[in-house]
Amino acid sequence: MKDIKVLGSGCSKCVATAKLIEDIAQTKGVDIQVEKVTDLTQILGYGVMSTPGVVIDGTVVHAGNVPARNKVEAWFAK
Amino acid sequence: MNSITEPIGKRETFRLWSIVVIVALLWVFLYNAIQPLSEWISYEALGLARTSHAGEAVAFFFYDVPKIMLLISGMIFVITVLRTFFSAERARRLLSGKRSGVGNVLASALGIVTPFCSCSAVPLFIGFVEAGIPLGVTFSFLVAAPVINEVALALLYGMFGWKVAVLYVTSGMTISIVTGLFIGRLGVERWVEDFVWKMQVRGAEDESANLTWDERFGRGREAVKEIVEKVWLYVLIGIGIGAGIHGYVPTDAMAAYMGKDAAWWSVPLVVLVALPLYSNAAGMAPILLALVEKGAALGTALAFMMAVVGVSLPETILLRRVLKPQLIAIFIGVVTVAIIITGYLFNLIL
Repeated sequence: MKDIKVLGSGCSKCVATAKLIEDIAQTKGVDIQVEKVTDLTQILGYGVMSTPGVVIDGTVVHAGNVPARNKVEAWFAK
Repeated sequence: MNSITEPIGKRETFRLWSIVVIVALLWVFLYNAIQPLSEWISYEALGLARTSHAGEAVAFFFYDVPKIMLLISGMIFVITVLRTFFSAERARRLLSGKRSGVGNVLASALGIVTPFCSCSAVPLFIGFVEAGIPLGVTFSFLVAAPVINEVALALLYGMFGWKVAVLYVTSGMTISIVTGLFIGRLGVERWVEDFVWKMQVRGAEDESANLTWDERFGRGREAVKEIVEKVWLYVLIGIGIGAGIHGYVPTDAMAAYMGKDAAWWSVPLVVLVALPLYSNAAGMAPILLALVEKGAALGTALAFMMAVVGVSLPETILLRRVLKPQLIAIFIGVVTVAIIITGYLFNLIL
């Protein structure tokens, strides 16, 4: 199961990112656990200055804006 | 092999660029067709008289709506693609180690080209401070970032011409540099929340150099779609009101209130009204255009625009997490004064 963290302090883009990831994962039937991280110290701990950010299994894969659909799909491609 | 890392061939890049060039040519064609088309619709198809109130209002409407929408789309696409070459991480690296002065100028320039969302103001602030970037320099960045609002820029260019648009950008930069320098001199470190100084920020990957053209253009397209969806109704309403003013309000009606010879307090008043508004430059600007035509001073109008986009209530509230109230007050105060001064200056020279 993939461990996914969406980093962001709660603005609409962060919410949209989390939703996009959940929707695509569900469509592809991939098992994931999504956690929304709003704590600044943690966000900066990943080195992310522009939210929203996405962390998969401990690695930062995206930051700065809502990721494109095909990028999210690529994360779940086997 | 992971499909994300396959290099995009030269052929694909050529194909993408060809599409962009073709769309650009189409855009130019449409842009030039608007004037004759709007006149045809108002005076031939609908049969309104050229100099009548209704005729002028309707022509204004059919001319400005497509024009503004084209300008907004074009500007958003170009600026967004340009911004894909920059990132907060890159700005942070470029600015660390720079002193005040040079740092402020560079921060201002970077603020303009770096993609920035108000919600990132706080982590970005902390990241900058932690990298040793002087507070004043960080503020120059934060003030410059929202100034070059693609929508505002498109509107100013579309309605007042390129000179005003350039003036807007340069004054935005000047305000951000001066504001940063000034605040930097005040020794406001004590008004930054204590925890900020203790934060550790790890350096993160910066994708700005590694994106493919497909991804860059893709971001441009998405940005256009997203923003146009948000503002089209405001543009319609704003231009509708503007058209009404254009066609029906007598010339010079506004001169008494907002014109060059208006009471000296019209500039500060207009700026203060604008501060809590953070919205769609889109809806506001056509009204401003119509008002300016009716005698309002351009400087006052520009100051209004800058106050609306430059000081955002949501961002200020967010910044409260890292800045103590005194510093927030200083920040808003200094930016406000700078904008007011700019308003007066423009009234004098334009």
